Amino acid sequence: MYRQARYDTKTVFELGGGSDPCIRLKGELQDIAPESMMRKGLCLPETPEREVIKHYVNLSQRNFSVDNGLYPLGSCTMKYNPKFADALSSLPSVASIHPYQDEDTVQGAMQLLHRLEGMLCAISDMDAVTLQPAAGAQGEFTGMLIAKAYHRANGQDRIEVVIPDSAHGTNPASAAMAGYGVLEIPSNADGCVDIEALKGAVSHKTAAFMITNPNTLGIFEDQIREIADIVHDAGALLYYDGANFNAILGMTSPGRMNFDIMHFNLHKTFATPHGGGGPGAGPVGVRKHLEKYLPVPRVVEQGGKYRFDYDRPESIGKVRAFHGNFAVLVRAYAYILRHGGDGLKEISQAAVLNSNYLKSKLVVEYEMPYRPLRKHEFVISARKQAKERNVKALDIAKRLLDFGYMSPTIYFPSLVEEALMIEPTESETKETLDQFAETLIRIAREDPDVIHAAPNNTSVGRVDELYAARELILTWKDYLAKTKVKKESG
Amino acid sequence: MTIDERMLKELGVKDVDALFVDIPMEVRKEGLDLRNGLDEYEVVREVREMLSSDLNSEKAPCFLGAGIYDHFIPAAVKSIIMRSEFITSYTPYEAEISQGMLHSMFEYQSLVSELTAMDVVNSSNYDASTALGEAATMCHRILPKKKFLIPEAMSWEKKSVLRNYLWGPQLEAVEYAYDPYTGGIDLNDLADKADEDVCGLYAEVPNFFGTIDPAALELKKRFPNIPLVIGVDPISLGILTPPGEYGADIVIGEGQSLGSSMNFGGPLLGIFACKKEHVRKMPGRLIGMTRDNTGERAFCMTLQTREQHIRRSKATSNICTNEALMAVAAAVYLSVVGPKGLKAIAKANISNARDLIEKIDGLDGFDAPVFKAYHFNEFVVRTSVRPEKLNKHLARKSIIGGLDLSRHIPRMNEHMLFTTTEVHSEADHDRLVAALKEVA
Repeated sequence: MYRQARYDTKTVFELGGGSDPCIRLKGELQDIAPESMMRKGLCLPETPEREVIKHYVNLSQRNFSVDNGLYPLGSCTMKYNPKFADALSSLPSVASIHPYQDEDTVQGAMQLLHRLEGMLCAISDMDAVTLQPAAGAQGEFTGMLIAKAYHRANGQDRIEVVIPDSAHGTNPASAAMAGYGVLEIPSNADGCVDIEALKGAVSHKTAAFMITNPNTLGIFEDQIREIADIVHDAGALLYYDGANFNAILGMTSPGRMNFDIMHFNLHKTFATPHGGGGPGAGPVGVRKHLEKYLPVPRVVEQGGKYRFDYDRPESIGKVRAFHGNFAVLVRAYAYILRHGGDGLKEISQAAVLNSNYLKSKLVVEYEMPYRPLRKHEFVISARKQAKERNVKALDIAKRLLDFGYMSPTIYFPSLVEEALMIEPTESETKETLDQFAETLIRIAREDPDVIHAAPNNTSVGRVDELYAARELILTWKDYLAKTKVKKESG
Repeated sequence: MTIDERMLKELGVKDVDALFVDIPMEVRKEGLDLRNGLDEYEVVREVREMLSSDLNSEKAPCFLGAGIYDHFIPAAVKSIIMRSEFITSYTPYEAEISQGMLHSMFEYQSLVSELTAMDVVNSSNYDASTALGEAATMCHRILPKKKFLIPEAMSWEKKSVLRNYLWGPQLEAVEYAYDPYTGGIDLNDLADKADEDVCGLYAEVPNFFGTIDPAALELKKRFPNIPLVIGVDPISLGILTPPGEYGADIVIGEGQSLGSSMNFGGPLLGIFACKKEHVRKMPGRLIGMTRDNTGERAFCMTLQTREQHIRRSKATSNICTNEALMAVAAAVYLSVVGPKGLKAIAKANISNARDLIEKIDGLDGFDAPVFKAYHFNEFVVRTSVRPEKLNKHLARKSIIGGLDLSRHIPRMNEHMLFTTTEVHSEADHDRLVAALKEVA
């Protein structure tokens, strides 16, 4: 039985004891800054390092991670993050180099960038890749800017991006940030792109169609070539959201499916750790005709020497400072080297096998609308449980925590009622999947009162999100102000 | 990776290909054109060797800055952020089992709120440049006008990123001049440009030239109706007046200095803070304190209706993955150094900059600092030698030289930005100066 650590919930502001000496100055400095710019007070915590370490180590024990157990969060590809990749990213030759160093002094780092771009091209069948975007959503934004640059160069004013209703929320948000109107089209009865709806939606106003394949139901959109033709015939570009790439490595590719632009999520497909929310990395790949719009600088090789090429007049410029999340890129590079061509293909095969196996265990108890064959993830519905026993997807998610599992993604995609979106990844064994399936089935048969009271084995019980939104205590200062008001009025 | 035959058998399929029959032949790919996989030690050896001849700040003192700094990182920071529980977790969607990350993020928000004297801090943007982009579009949500004012004295990378963030909402970045004598804000030029079409005004303290310009204190007084965005170096706030005290509506900054390595420029940490009245217009994730069903203190993500996974195309930003782990690093860093430590570190930066300014200015063919002002940890040097040539010479001496400013400010074609921090010893300074002397 799982038990998460419980400690008192003090903040670092409540520890006390006084800081350790930090750095000792040689002599007192006079006339430091303009008098008016001199700071009066600074209320950071004062506590020794021993207390800080105790505090954060204890906090870490109140946090569930992939290294603790199964993390079947759909669409997030929470696979095991190998430790050798972390070790490499900690080398001084990775961590302690400055992005503005003379190119002669960072030839190794530039070679790594160049080779990683080449590997991602080979994996995706795209013609060129930029490693600059910091995350998947930033990759999408970059892709949308490239689409803008392309249409502008062709003298076309295209103002809309078409997106299926099952798309990740970042897709419409990224398109909107790039200034596009967003047109969502409904899925068909199979949970796939409705070809007729797509035909009706695209026009001379369409800049791009954004889609992930397999889609968020885990279903491979087998009409993808027809979709590509419809989009291209309208003069629009086809954008591939790489969030679900872990399903298809070596089996097919965005290039083979006739996509024009795509992003990779290195923190999903290529096993870089997600850091509790970030950092990630969202490289963007494009076909030849869009290469000139990629962000600057480009790493180019000439006679075995690497240099940054800034002279790209049609480039969109930069989407973030410097060359991307290098420490993340190094990990992904090492991961690809480790597995190689055959290994990566096996990763997708194992991910799809795990997913279909787990699904086969769960459909005994849970409904699963749409076709049975899935790729790396699948979406079951707690509709029956909600209707018959008032046990909703949220309740099941919370109860799962009691058994030491992260919950699946819930209530997404919205076309499945009471959705539980499950992605086991290739990292898990049959034994782990069997146990997880048994747990989910057990929950379906459990006393609803027990489920509604869950979780009990986590650091805290069910959290009051409404209270958080109403009180809006976003800093320690807010908290002190609220408690003061309460004391005064009480 | 091995395929577990037991699962195939239970599924009743002969081989794993049966699970891919839904991928049409016309889009099939016959494997990957990559080398075969390597053993772990081979990977490690190959990557180490590839990078081994690069110069890094552990073997060569680094005098580059301009947004990324070689600061001291207490070992405690790394020991916390490399803990499996933090580094291998995802966004804390399930609050009950993710209190560690949520609690740490709340502390990061609180610490940066203290540091900047701002009400609200999000739990990170990608870096300072994208934080600036988001700040500009947020200003437009506060005041729907078309121009966003920025200093001419700013990194070209930030300008380029900003233009991309402004492209969608069709806003225009308008540059105001710097004072050629002090390097600070040219208030007259700024006043000319601050017309009624302006949605926001951006200034940096210290600025791109490393100067501490007291004119920042005047901006809100002079332009009370224009949302004010201040870009900070968080280390400098150990000693400088926080922007919340001079009227900033939004504060952004590069948080890499707070416990993260330079990493060739990433991952970084985009600091993003604002006044409470603007919180609903803010991008990014916010963690709030709440209680659980027993009344115990707890934390969760809040105001999520601003975010892309709920609001989709109407979200305040598309940001999802951020730099959470770097925010944890910042929280641990600030907790370990404490207020006195941060102040001492800030002083050491100023003191080192003064020492290096004096030494470089003493050389023939060099003029430092070019701007007559207080400096934090970097300063502009005029040199009679081409910056590129100078840096190649320094590299041969195992010194990572300064920044060629011409890419950033084209007319500054004989100028460099030199940076020194608390990690630079007097011996490092002397080495640099001796090497500069050889080329002058």
